[in-house]
Amino acid sequence: MSQSTKLPLYITLATFVLAFVLCAAQYPAMASTRVVANLLTDNAFLGITAVGMTFVILSGGIDLSVGSVIAFTGVFLAVILRDTSIHPLVAFALVLLITTGFGAAMGGIIHYLEMPPFIVTLAGMFLMRGLAYVLSTESVPITHEFYDWLQSLYWKAPGGGRFRLTGALMLLTYVAAMIVLHRTRFGQNVYAIGGSAQTAQLMGVPRARTTIGIYAVSGGLAGLAGIVYTLYTSAGYSLATVGVELDAIAAVVIGGTLLSGGSGFVAGTFFGILIMGLIQTYIVFDGTLSSWWTKIVIGGLLFAFIMLQKGLGWATTARIRLLTASDARS
Amino acid sequence: MAMPEPVLHARGISKFFPGAIALDDVELALYPGEVHALLGENGAGKSTLIKCVTGAYSRDGGTIALSGAEIDPRDPLDSQSLGIGTVYQEVNLLENLTVAENLFLGRQPMRWGMVDHRRMKREARDILRDYGLDIDPGRLLSSYSIAIQQIVAIARAVELSGKVLILDEPTASLDHDEVQLLFSVIERLKGRGLAIVFITHFLDQVFAISDRATILRNGRVVGTRRLADVSQTEIVTLMLGRQLEAATHHRAHSEPGELLLSLKGFGKRGSIEPFDMEIREGEVVGLAGLLGSGRSETANVVFGVVAADQGTAELRGRGLRITNPREAIRNRFALCPEDRKTDGIVGDLSVRENIILSLQARQGWHRPIPRAKAEEIAQHYVKALDIRLASLDMPIRLLSGGNQQKALLARWLATEPELLILDEPTRGIDVGAHAEIIALIEDLREKGMALIVASSEMEELVAYSSRIVVLRDRRQVGELTGHEISTKSIVEAIAAEDAA
Repeated sequence: MSQSTKLPLYITLATFVLAFVLCAAQYPAMASTRVVANLLTDNAFLGITAVGMTFVILSGGIDLSVGSVIAFTGVFLAVILRDTSIHPLVAFALVLLITTGFGAAMGGIIHYLEMPPFIVTLAGMFLMRGLAYVLSTESVPITHEFYDWLQSLYWKAPGGGRFRLTGALMLLTYVAAMIVLHRTRFGQNVYAIGGSAQTAQLMGVPRARTTIGIYAVSGGLAGLAGIVYTLYTSAGYSLATVGVELDAIAAVVIGGTLLSGGSGFVAGTFFGILIMGLIQTYIVFDGTLSSWWTKIVIGGLLFAFIMLQKGLGWATTARIRLLTASDARS
Repeated sequence: MAMPEPVLHARGISKFFPGAIALDDVELALYPGEVHALLGENGAGKSTLIKCVTGAYSRDGGTIALSGAEIDPRDPLDSQSLGIGTVYQEVNLLENLTVAENLFLGRQPMRWGMVDHRRMKREARDILRDYGLDIDPGRLLSSYSIAIQQIVAIARAVELSGKVLILDEPTASLDHDEVQLLFSVIERLKGRGLAIVFITHFLDQVFAISDRATILRNGRVVGTRRLADVSQTEIVTLMLGRQLEAATHHRAHSEPGELLLSLKGFGKRGSIEPFDMEIREGEVVGLAGLLGSGRSETANVVFGVVAADQGTAELRGRGLRITNPREAIRNRFALCPEDRKTDGIVGDLSVRENIILSLQARQGWHRPIPRAKAEEIAQHYVKALDIRLASLDMPIRLLSGGNQQKALLARWLATEPELLILDEPTRGIDVGAHAEIIALIEDLREKGMALIVASSEMEELVAYSSRIVVLRDRRQVGELTGHEISTKSIVEAIAAEDAA
């Protein structure tokens, strides 16, 4: 990839570093491993969701169902562990199968019925939220020794920070996503479809398989995020994670991925997540600010990054016009 | 001379569209190492034939043999894997990927189950060197000019197919040097034994590069000729089925009428330098100049597409301010833009709806034009301009390029403008339609309409202009009237500024 496409990624990275330095200057305690470890743990489920969202947005689509899928996964796990003696690992496999299949089905509908992803995944959002309610309207606690064991796994860093399993899982997801996007044909096809689905098809990209795969990845990762969320809260609740899909979209855009598809990096999404987490941490440290300030700052950031994308777009067209003009003259 | 076995032989190809026969028993034989031009007017069936051969359309009859074996491609992808590659005028590659990624999409070199980017770049560089390009394949495709993108597309098509290469209007958006670059690539491929189909509207280019030509008219083959044996006139006569009028001369114009529009110090910073211009009824003002000299910019600023930020305008002696096209239309101006695909036609609307669009817009949408009236207007212009179509209800995107251009003209003529601005009215249309549009311009001038015509074809401007304004570097550098008008004097006017 060339320098110009990486520019938004660098800007996101610079924004994060700058914000972190400013925060640490005001509250030196923020530079501790404890804060960093919590940043990873608290945002693990959102981070994993945003990876799936990056695939979807890179392909020029959108997935509004992920918040509901997380809630469904939580309730499903809680109910199944309460009412049956199935081992959590089996339940995990089962729920991942369901959510991946659900994503694949949405991808199939989007491709074969030529429906806009917005509407299809909106329907998916209502469907999954509804299914979660059907399973249980109340918060169902999860008590299982396997869960206790998973939650007790952590690496204690010098300075007292506890790096937990869920944070590691998120990091692993990002590494895997980078490999898939840049080092496999499927990943290249995701970018190709995002550039122009029609041209990609003319160039031999298997459009059906790729579209279905993309939404399956998003659904499956939302399922994984749901599992992580139950490890985080030890409960399943059908009203949980409302609007998480929008947070994930925000993280992807702040990470420098073009909403129109075809350009962006999953690494950017990672820093998008960290920036959003950092704002929340700052508000906790400050103590006097309402937590709604998080939303306000994210709104402002989003707007700034959209303007940035627009500006880069203009700059590129201007450069190309210059290029062709000089070509024509020579 | 005994010809070798044809590499591609299509016989008896027929294709029917509702209400029309698009192809009727067409034969096309391609031999290895030849460039074969496919010629015909718009709507003659060139594109349809290509689409039938590559499987984009399913044909209604006929056989296709590739290297002697019968084939039946399902779609262009299938025909590509069989050996027939196609490259279109609009480059069908992905601008958001790198050059190397475009070349190798779908067949990337793999190493331990992963895409080997380093090898891919190295191989891409080697392949492109064979085409005379020494560029960095790791950069985005969009960072290169259209000509280079086109060659990358050709390289990809040849790598994937390797027997037949179809070039559909490859030179339409290239300038002279870029065309030469493309031709050198075509020569190389010819040397490698490929059979190349070359579709274009530029007859000079056909004679420069092609060995043989198959000429289509109304869905039938009217002849296949060795180009060494025929003259351009002969080819044109075959295409049109009639003799083209001898070279156009500058004819004495009838006396122009009243002063219509007068512009003083009119301009827009960063777009076009201030200029003075007067135009009378029954006058054609030609805008001449090289690509990027400000022809389109002048047309756009007069019509208010970009609002002028300096100077004054007077319409019939009264002050006038035009800041957007709506005001221009209200003052009975009309503009046919250069790029009809993006700025002009509304592809999915019917021909009738497209024709009455501007008239309706001027009337206001709360006063719809009755269906019968719309039908009558559309019918009138379809007849007057000889627009060839199956039905007024068909979507305009199904018309051929020349017919789309005429429908666009009809749209503006329907508003009965006093000033008609045409930006490249003959771009991308064939000689027949070309002559008709020139005749139409002269006819409108005789009827007293004022016209401003921007065109890159000087001969054409010389033929119909009452005066010619010469532009260079977004600035008016000269004006030619009466006997001064000739292609030579236009070139001199452009070059004189060069010396200064």
